[in-house]
Amino acid sequence: MSAVAEPAFTPARRPVWRRLIGFNLLTAVILGVAGYYIGWFIGHQIKGKSFEFMQATDENDVALMLGYLGGVIGFLIGLGFANYPVSRMFGRPASLREKEHEGIGRYFGLCTDHKVVGIQYLVGIGVFFFIAGLNAMLIRTELLHPTPTTVGPNQYLSLVGMHGTMMMGMMTSGILGPFGNYFVPIMIGARRMAFPRIEALTFWLLMAAGFILTSTIFFGGFPTGWTGYEPLNEQAVMGMDSYICFFALVGVSMCLLGLNMIATIVAHRAPGMTWSRLPIFVWSVFATSILMVLAAPMLIGALLMAAFDRTINTSFFTVAAGGSPYLFENLFWFFGHPEVYILALPGFGIVLELLPVFTRKPLWGYRLAVAGMLGVTLLSFFVWQHHLFVSGINADLRPFYMLSTEIISIPTGFIFLCVMGTLWKARTRFSVPMLFCLGWTFNFLIGGLSGVFLSDTPSDTDTHGSFFVMAHFHYTIMGGLIFTFFAAIYYWVPKMFGLQLREGLAKLHFWSLFIAFNSTFMPLFVLGMKGMPRRVSTYAPNLQGLNVWVSISAFVIGLSMLVFLVNVIYSLILAPRRAQPNPWHSKSIEWQLPTPVPVNNFDTIPVFDSDPYEYGTPLTPPPSAEPLPAGG
Amino acid sequence: MAVEPGHVEPAHAPPEPNHARRFGAIWIVASLIATPLVVLLVGPIMPPGNGSEQASGHVTDNTVLIGMATPVLLLVLIYLIYSTIYFRQPKGGALEGPAIRGNARIQTTWIVITSLLVLSLAAYGTVRLLEDGAGSGAGPNPVAVPSGAKLPVQVIAQEWAFTYRYPTYGGVETTHLVLPVNQMVELHVTSLDVIHSFWAYQLGVKADANPNTDNIVFVRPTKRESVQIRCAELCGLWHGYMFDTGHIVSPAAFGVWIAEQQKRFASGAKYLPKYATKYIPEPLRRGE
Repeated sequence: MSAVAEPAFTPARRPVWRRLIGFNLLTAVILGVAGYYIGWFIGHQIKGKSFEFMQATDENDVALMLGYLGGVIGFLIGLGFANYPVSRMFGRPASLREKEHEGIGRYFGLCTDHKVVGIQYLVGIGVFFFIAGLNAMLIRTELLHPTPTTVGPNQYLSLVGMHGTMMMGMMTSGILGPFGNYFVPIMIGARRMAFPRIEALTFWLLMAAGFILTSTIFFGGFPTGWTGYEPLNEQAVMGMDSYICFFALVGVSMCLLGLNMIATIVAHRAPGMTWSRLPIFVWSVFATSILMVLAAPMLIGALLMAAFDRTINTSFFTVAAGGSPYLFENLFWFFGHPEVYILALPGFGIVLELLPVFTRKPLWGYRLAVAGMLGVTLLSFFVWQHHLFVSGINADLRPFYMLSTEIISIPTGFIFLCVMGTLWKARTRFSVPMLFCLGWTFNFLIGGLSGVFLSDTPSDTDTHGSFFVMAHFHYTIMGGLIFTFFAAIYYWVPKMFGLQLREGLAKLHFWSLFIAFNSTFMPLFVLGMKGMPRRVSTYAPNLQGLNVWVSISAFVIGLSMLVFLVNVIYSLILAPRRAQPNPWHSKSIEWQLPTPVPVNNFDTIPVFDSDPYEYGTPLTPPPSAEPLPAGG
Repeated sequence: MAVEPGHVEPAHAPPEPNHARRFGAIWIVASLIATPLVVLLVGPIMPPGNGSEQASGHVTDNTVLIGMATPVLLLVLIYLIYSTIYFRQPKGGALEGPAIRGNARIQTTWIVITSLLVLSLAAYGTVRLLEDGAGSGAGPNPVAVPSGAKLPVQVIAQEWAFTYRYPTYGGVETTHLVLPVNQMVELHVTSLDVIHSFWAYQLGVKADANPNTDNIVFVRPTKRESVQIRCAELCGLWHGYMFDTGHIVSPAAFGVWIAEQQKRFASGAKYLPKYATKYIPEPLRRGE
């Protein structure tokens, strides 16, 4: 494939001030602020008996919610999302491509190039990942001592809530956003996503959401953690509205992202890219997208009900008026459990996609891996009440949820078998992405096995709501998602930016992260078993030793993230070094394209005649002469 | 389906050892050594100790689970180490591995074994849960009700303290939990405001406290000791301070204590709401 010639259309160089006028981030911020104040103003004009106390106490949730809504609408209009529908409304021809041929400016606005959106996602999500990580550092600083020393209980709960919500909200798109958007169209031989404008919308919605969540610190924070349980939700100050708006926007973003991915993967595959040749990463994106589309509306609905409870005095969850907090728990976890698989599944895909490249072997058990992912997708909708084992809701159904929860470890086990099969007699090259994949295998193993304790109702009685749970889901989410997130970064950055990250620093990052991660979360299992609940700023003095150990290890995680940042700044900005066209000798199609990838990806649409795992020396006699029914 | 077994030796290398057999032997030996060690050494220190029948049950359950988890952990762990040592790319080499794409027999075996393991775990958990409720909040109509006389005690959670009501002792309400040893207790956990969770660590009891809900849990304390009680569900500002110490005492001491409480709170008892299994909180007005 030859490089596509530079676009014929080059905008005339205009003075900087002129270039700042138009639909871009600057306009978006200005219109966003304006929209916020319009919403705020309207919120204060609403009169009525129900709203009197809001006016009296300066706790006007209506105003804040409308402010956020107006702000988001203004922000999106400023970015240019209204241009297309408005043009069509007036019967004018609308631009089908936005900013695709501009220079650096395309990264700061609505761009319909999926590769630009991928990089926007990577940077945008990275920023919020680091903010949420700093929250974790503050949490651990507080827990150095059994009684509050650094921050008060209110700030502590806000930190816990912001850390959890930001990680669970922003990182849902942690792999689908950057790498899904960037590589799925290329991997399936498409020139673009099915809905490029919606693709850009998901990113900017997510950024608006992240900003809204961060703004909670100006409104008193929120005390509920990421779960937002009622009726505590109903009691909380205005900071809670930030949580509600944040998560609802994330839900919208997630849902649209999933729809877009499903449409792209179903409809935009190149000739020959059959379902059984689909790269396993694309399968994982597909499975995750199904979860996103089906689970996120539940979250949006539940939060809308919570928002109505808080603003216009409905009583979905207010016991005194006939509502039930159980309803929120139920709705939340019906979203919440698929949500954790939304975080885990892309990690499976990354690991299985990268292993063949570094082991120089075909993916072992392709169909089993696909079955595992789809099995997890299906089953994850049937396990949510294991979060409510001790809550007293549907207690008679606990054996069923125990069974379904334990059954979900069967398809998860498929993934492990495929990893192990691919490693068998491999010629493994221990490059940094491979190290992160092996790290994932270890972490997810611990996470999965600790999950068995939580799925067993009698055993869960001890560990429910304790640090054990916290350690468990950090092993599966941080050890599962974040490790593969970094694997994907180290693997694909040479393609995305054409530059190579320094290997020494990368190895330092991996080893410090891996060791510190385990040293942080392994003792948390013990702390949980010794009776330390989650989300407390006070604990029994005899647990201080372990807590100090954990905190120090957590700070080392922070330092290892700094190593990563240094690596990024040094290798990509200060002393960039051109990467080889295909440093990992991958057979996947994205590495056969020129770097940077041309706007249209392909001059001619490729025709696929195999999956991308044609590694390895054929066995004797060669059975791979004909397409092999992989996986039996 | 006829799939290449995948154990064909690659042509280029000197004869390799039989990795499958060697790895299998290492794993079996390691499991045979480690599993009994884990069960015998780690089992007894599994939480939450032997403070009650239910807690002892949890220790057994946790021991069974960790005993089953050990061989699985070892399987993957030893495999990772083994493949890291033996299946490496030589330095500077560009060798390709064998193009094995699957093995129907291994996959079937794996599916069957994991399914059996998982189903047996679920069956075991169900049996243990239905024996005595396992100290886990079982809602207003528990299925598993232990036989014999039970002492009903109501646990009332509110922001940010637990109080305890003894309906068989005139509905007296106390600020500490005191229970007689070797007596089956029927705890009715409820809340006056938000969701809390009553966690008596040494007793192996955890039950969420929901407003307008009676969450019943059975426990028979077997040891005279002090019991750590904490709220295990985030309930707002002072959640971290919502802890308390309960006491398991001899029946005689309990009789003395409860008589004393009845006398002490007699004057205040008339101001308490009538005893009920659940309470509906006042409507909340934020900011007032």
